[in-house]
Amino acid sequence: MRPILMKGHERPLTFLKYNRDGDLLFSCAKDHTPTVWFADNGERLGTYRGHNGAVWCCDVSRDSSRLITGSADQSAKLWDVQTGTQLFTFNFDSPARSVDFSVGDKLAVITTDPFMGLPSAIHVKRISRDPSDQIGESVLTLKGPQGRINRAVWGPLNRTIISAGEDAVIRIWDVETGKILKESDKEVGHKKGITSLQKSVDGSHFITGSLDKSAKLWDIRTLTLIKNYTTERPVNAVTMSPLLNHVVLGGGQDASAVTTTDHRAGKFEAKFYDKILQQEIGGVKGHFGPINALAFNPDGKSFSSGGEDGYVRLHHFDHDYFNIKI
Amino acid sequence: MAMEATNQPKLRWGELEDDAEDLDFLLPPKQIFGPDENGVKKVVEYKFNAEGNKVKITTTTRIRKLANARLSKGAVERRSWPKFGDAVHEDVGARLTMVSTEEIILERPRAPGSKQDESKAAGDSLAQIGKAGAVLMVCRTCGKKGDHWTSKCPFKDLAQPSDTFMDKPPSAEAPATGAGPQKGAYVPPSMRGGGAERGSGGGTEMRRRNEENSVRVTNLSEDTREADLLELFRPFGHVSRVYVAIDQKTGMSRGFGFVNFVNREDAERAINKLNGYGYDNLILRVEWAAPRTN
Repeated sequence: MRPILMKGHERPLTFLKYNRDGDLLFSCAKDHTPTVWFADNGERLGTYRGHNGAVWCCDVSRDSSRLITGSADQSAKLWDVQTGTQLFTFNFDSPARSVDFSVGDKLAVITTDPFMGLPSAIHVKRISRDPSDQIGESVLTLKGPQGRINRAVWGPLNRTIISAGEDAVIRIWDVETGKILKESDKEVGHKKGITSLQKSVDGSHFITGSLDKSAKLWDIRTLTLIKNYTTERPVNAVTMSPLLNHVVLGGGQDASAVTTTDHRAGKFEAKFYDKILQQEIGGVKGHFGPINALAFNPDGKSFSSGGEDGYVRLHHFDHDYFNIKI
Repeated sequence: MAMEATNQPKLRWGELEDDAEDLDFLLPPKQIFGPDENGVKKVVEYKFNAEGNKVKITTTTRIRKLANARLSKGAVERRSWPKFGDAVHEDVGARLTMVSTEEIILERPRAPGSKQDESKAAGDSLAQIGKAGAVLMVCRTCGKKGDHWTSKCPFKDLAQPSDTFMDKPPSAEAPATGAGPQKGAYVPPSMRGGGAERGSGGGTEMRRRNEENSVRVTNLSEDTREADLLELFRPFGHVSRVYVAIDQKTGMSRGFGFVNFVNREDAERAINKLNGYGYDNLILRVEWAAPRTN
C-alpha cells in the first residue's frame, strides 16, 4: 500500500478520530489547531482555530455535526464540524486530557490533569442540542485516582465510565452514584502508566496500551483480563479493527531517546496482532518517530497513524491484507 | 480472466534484459476496447513467451461502480462542504497531502507460513527445470542447463572438467609423456587429457575416455570457440568434452575440434544431423574421430 501523508500539523500528533461514516478524519496535535481531513484522499477540509495550547483529544458526535476537543489551555471546546466555529468553551483549572461523547451525544466525559496542587478529575457535562442552551456546569465530578487520567470513556448504556491513567489502574465508575464499581487486578493489570484506551465497535470489550510494553484486552462489564499482547516498546496508541480480529499497537522508544540511537532501533511501527491468538501478524513502518495516535476507519479497510514526526499517515489496505492467515 | 498470462513462466531478470528489452518494440501496441454499456472492458496485449513465441493476451474485465453505493447520504453531502479555517486560503503549492513515494507493506514477522512457502518455492524451481528460465543452474561437465549442478553431474567421472573449457590447447608443448605416468601417480594437469589423447604412453583409461564416442568436427571457422561448439552439439545429448584445436603460435583456431558424447547414440545423431551443416558460412564436416594409431 502507498500511504497518504498528511502534513498539516507542525507538532507531534496526539489523537486521531474517524467519524461514524468513516469519511472524515479528525486529528489533534500539540500545535493548537485540530484539523479535519477527508478520509479517502487525505484532502484537508478545515481547521478548528481557537485553542491556545496543545490539543490532547477529540470526539465527534454520531451525526458528525459536533466536535469536542480537550486542550492543555485548560479548556474543552465544542465546535461546529462543518464551519469550524466555536460553539462553547468549558473552562477548567487544569489541562483537559481526554474527551468522550456518550451514546446519544447528550453527555460528555472530560478528564483534567493534576495541576498546581489540584488533583486529577473526571467531569461529566451535559451537552445541549442547541448550543445557545449550553451550560458549563458539571453534572458529576469524580476524583480520587493519583496522577494523570489519560483516558476516560463511557461504558455500556452510559451507566459507567471507564478510566485509565498514569497509576496503571483501570477503574469503572458508576455514573449514578459516582462510586468506583471495579478496579483492575494489580496482579494481571498493567505495571506502568496506561497511555491509551479504546473500546471495541460493539462496546463489549476494550483495549488498553501501556508503557509497560504491553496491551491488554478487557471485558467492559466485568473488567476481566481477556488477552495480553506484548511488544518490545512502550505502547502509546492502540486500536482494534472493526472488521477483522486484528489489534494494532503503536509506539516506539521515548521521543527524547530518538536522536541517541539508530533509527532502526526505534521500532516506530504500527504492529498488527491477531486479537485471539495474540500473535504478531505484521508491522507497518513509515514514521520517523514514535506513533502517538492510531485510528481504524469504521469500515475496517483503512487506518491512520499519527506520529511524533507531525505526520498523519493514512493507509488503505491492499487486497491481500484481508486474506492474511497465520 | 487473464488467459495465457498465467501460463507464462516467471522470467528471471537476467533473461528479461536480454530478450524483452530488445524485442518488445516489435510487438503490436496494447489495445483497449470499452468499457461498453455493460462495463465490459477488453485489453489486448502482445508478449513474447518463454519460448520466444509471440502470444496474444486478451483480458476481459467488468467494471462496476461501487464507490457511490458505499457512501452514506451524510458523507456525500459532506463532500461538498466548503473548506474552512486554514484550509480556505491554502496555497496550491502547500502540498499538505502527498501520496507516499514509498510502497509500504505489512511486514510479516516471519515469512507467513514459512514452511509452506519454502516448499512452494522449491516446487516452482523444480517446475522450471526443462523450461527456459533455469539458466542459473548449468552443469559445466555435461553442459546441461537446470538439471543439476556440476558437482552432482552423473557423468562427472567420465569427463575432465579441467579441459572442457580450457582456452589453451592441452599440452601442445608438453613433453612427450613417454615416461608414462603410472596409474595412480600424480599427473600434472598439463599432461592429463591432452597428453593421453595423443596416446603417447600410459593413461590408457583416460585415453579410452577421450576417444569414447568422440566426434571430430572439421572445417570450423576461425572464431569458433569451445563454447560455440558446445552450444551446437548440446541439443543432441550429454556432452562430456569439447575441444577446439588452437594454433599455439598464432592463437587462432586450427579449424577443427573434437566433441565427446556420453552416449554413442547421441553422437551418431549429431553426426547425421550436423555433417554438412552450414555454420558460420562454412560447411561443417562431422565424423567419428578415428582412433589414433601411433
